Amino acid sequence: MATDMATLATGAQSPREIPHTVSPSLWTLAWRRLKQDRVAMVSMAIVGAFLLLILLSATGLIASDWSREVGVNYAPPTFMGPDAASEAPAAQSAVAQGETLASTYHSAIVDPLADVLAQIRGEAKPATPPGKGAEATPDASVDPLADVMADIRAGKGVTAEVTEARATTLPFGGDKWGRDVLKKVIKGSETSIFVGIASAILATFLGTLFGALAGYYGKWVDDFFNWFYSVFSSIPYLLLILAVAAVLKQKGMITIVLILGLTGWSGVFRLIRGEYLKHKAREYVQAADAIGASNLRRMFVHIFPNVSHVVLVQLSILAVAFIKSEVILSFLGFGVPVDVVSWGSMLNEAQNELILGKWWQLVAATVAMATLVTAFSLFTDALRDALDPKLKGQAGH
Amino acid sequence: MKATDTSTNTSDALVSVRDLRIKFRLDKTQSFEAVKGISFDVPRNSTVALVGESGSGKSVTSLAILGLLPPENSVVDRKSQILYGGRNLVGMSMRKLQKLRGADISMIFQEPMTSLNPVFTCGYQLEEVLKLHIGLSGAKARKRALELMDEVGIPDALHKINAYPSQMSGGQQQRVMIAMAIACEPKLLIADEPTTALDVTIQKQILDLISELQRRHQMSVLFITHDLAVVGEIADRVVVMRHGEIREQGTAKEVFENPQDAYTRALLQCRPHLENRPLRLPVIDDFISGRGPQHLQERPRGVVPGDSTILEVKNLGKSFYSREGLFGTREFKAVQNVSFKLPRGKTLGLVGESGSGKTTVGLTLMRLHEATTGQALFDGKDILAMSPREFAPYKRRIQIIFQNPYASLNPRFTVGQILTEPLTIHKIGASAQARADQVFELLDRVGLPEVSFYKYPHEFSGGQRQRIAIARCLTLKPDILICDESVSALDVSVQAQVLNLLQDLQDEFGLSYIFISHDLAVVKYISDQVMVMSEGEVVEVQNSDDLYRNPREAYTQRLLAAIPKGWHGAAAPA
Repeated sequence: MATDMATLATGAQSPREIPHTVSPSLWTLAWRRLKQDRVAMVSMAIVGAFLLLILLSATGLIASDWSREVGVNYAPPTFMGPDAASEAPAAQSAVAQGETLASTYHSAIVDPLADVLAQIRGEAKPATPPGKGAEATPDASVDPLADVMADIRAGKGVTAEVTEARATTLPFGGDKWGRDVLKKVIKGSETSIFVGIASAILATFLGTLFGALAGYYGKWVDDFFNWFYSVFSSIPYLLLILAVAAVLKQKGMITIVLILGLTGWSGVFRLIRGEYLKHKAREYVQAADAIGASNLRRMFVHIFPNVSHVVLVQLSILAVAFIKSEVILSFLGFGVPVDVVSWGSMLNEAQNELILGKWWQLVAATVAMATLVTAFSLFTDALRDALDPKLKGQAGH
Repeated sequence: MKATDTSTNTSDALVSVRDLRIKFRLDKTQSFEAVKGISFDVPRNSTVALVGESGSGKSVTSLAILGLLPPENSVVDRKSQILYGGRNLVGMSMRKLQKLRGADISMIFQEPMTSLNPVFTCGYQLEEVLKLHIGLSGAKARKRALELMDEVGIPDALHKINAYPSQMSGGQQQRVMIAMAIACEPKLLIADEPTTALDVTIQKQILDLISELQRRHQMSVLFITHDLAVVGEIADRVVVMRHGEIREQGTAKEVFENPQDAYTRALLQCRPHLENRPLRLPVIDDFISGRGPQHLQERPRGVVPGDSTILEVKNLGKSFYSREGLFGTREFKAVQNVSFKLPRGKTLGLVGESGSGKTTVGLTLMRLHEATTGQALFDGKDILAMSPREFAPYKRRIQIIFQNPYASLNPRFTVGQILTEPLTIHKIGASAQARADQVFELLDRVGLPEVSFYKYPHEFSGGQRQRIAIARCLTLKPDILICDESVSALDVSVQAQVLNLLQDLQDEFGLSYIFISHDLAVVKYISDQVMVMSEGEVVEVQNSDDLYRNPREAYTQRLLAAIPKGWHGAAAPA
């Protein structure tokens, strides 16, 4: 099987020296059509830019220090200027916090609930200094996240120099802890796009495999997969996600990829099964049967290249859908762990910030996501048109 | 080339086409001229046939008359004129054209199955036309629809008016289409290959119907076809087109009896005739080069008692089952009780109308379908009872060439890959180089240049693709070749070339053919013995000359009577 494919692939390595121009394959022709589509090229450039960005961020060339607290809390975007009203107290509290943290935790990570706690304490017992509250035993029972925080800090290691001067404004603002939103978005893109694409690949792989088997073999194989599919699609989607999440138990990117991948294959399955049903009756497949090609060979060497454009389009549709799903998952609390940032977790944070009028994190994540998703969708449309020119209804005689 | 303008005066022409030029834009820079300045007339109350092979521009011309060309990529030259009743249809507003369509000019398409809307009854669709164009409503429209269905010869119209298209046969659907087309008493009826998708007996009925309606309603018919023989009986004038140009036009008598143009002569003679069987069929090049047809001596055919048998089929049967109700299944016998012997090195023709089970026989013998009953003894061994493993060595000895050369080649493979694959699978040839050499030899044998090795199927024409398919079968050096409508989808001129190739290969390698076709003339030409099938059963088997001279069964007689005879003068041996 494998050797067959290899020889087939290398069969074109000029076995005889004949001057010949390289004939355009169907893929080449599709690429030529795609190149003429201006919208497609622009959206492809945008998607490409995003991919480059996440590549740079994944290799640590940019945005690796996204978690450093470089600005004051909720530092506004530079183009808005420093937040005049809160500038003084913000700076003060930063200094105060800095001292406290330096003396107690040697950590850059700040208790996210510190402000709230301080407020509560302030109401109850205005005299208590915040540093003492965090350290003193009587209040430890009050802070429900103390253990977790300790864990996180231990896990992170103690690194950051704390006495660094904090900027009053950041290029696109800062979040609650003064982290640069721009860097956060870049890092978040890495997570979201990776999750989207990886789970789309998993879902498409499963859907294609099941669809190919069901469509090609028919009979009881088809029945089996159809039952499986029916059972799967009869469970409400969110419930299914929660169920898989509950089974997998741990949080993490791989978990999200598995959740989305294991639940998202059904659409691809249906389409690919239909394609295989159609193609297995085609004459070129019967011709392959007649020359003695095995079942597997017919399925994957003969039919698959002819349905691969459907697979490709499905892959990109799913990638878009899963990028959006990741947001929903994070929103529901099944998303990425707290030490990882994604667009979803950013939006999740943003819902509280918006009440305070701090809109930049929301806007940054939304703009990044909307740009990519729109560009990706337009590209997918153009891809489908290019791969299947009949769809456009060009009548040519 | 010399399109002698025979239009006497414009007043008695219903439609005059003058210097029609149509271009298609392929992309931003390139365009393709589909029609290159043609002029012809359609006189009142007569039938004009527009004949040409694929790519001749005949369909494009008819669409231009109706103003139905796709506006995105087609350009009709401004100076072109299509005069109808003194008005130029080129550049006429969409609104006016729409009024004209349906009321004055209407059209019948090739595929009745796709031209009717499957979710409405035939009666409804017919009434809709009457409502839209004549303004008839309710009971009046219904009455008129019934009359029309009666007129086009649909039996039991009262019942059939409530039938959905899927409940009618192809011939009946085409009749409904014709009823819709003549509903508004058009002055011009354009029929675009109206019989190509139909069986030969149905074709004859439809042709008779069209010519009868033409006479009765005194309308003009523009009949578009690739087959000269079809129009011989009904056309008054014939226009022959090739590559967007008119090669010849004149009255049917002139064109058939004394064709001036080499291409017309070629069209008339490339097609196999029932009366004679030359050693090789003439091809277009013979005429264009002025060489004239070669090898016209008669080829003897027929099976003699001494012939050895390579394949003997006994009581072959194939049933398809469909579910019915909860647990029940219904059996549909596609093929039953088929028995025949295939002599070595000879050709068995398999004729029948659609649904006769002839293709099923071919696929079952290839084991592409599982046979329900029966035996097929190949060199004395029953290949239908073998396990797949036992069958493997026999598999390469029976090969099949399919009907549609556009569908039978994998579009993602180069020709080299397509032809090398069988060799690789069956481990023929010592090395990749040896296999490639073998492929190059075969390409040469089927008349394709060596460069084809590196090309993809979409770069070839229909005839060339069929050669590739033949070459693929030959890679395995089969003993039996099943040709399933292998030349039916090809143009007349290409058909002759492929038939010649098949004949040469049989002469050279001693192949035995099972030649399946609905085209009786082609079967007569290529076969030694002919088996007629109907509704899954064998009607009769005879040596081909005997069968065509004196058919025994009534069904065969009917089938033979329905073959278009063409013009009687032209049908005589050359």
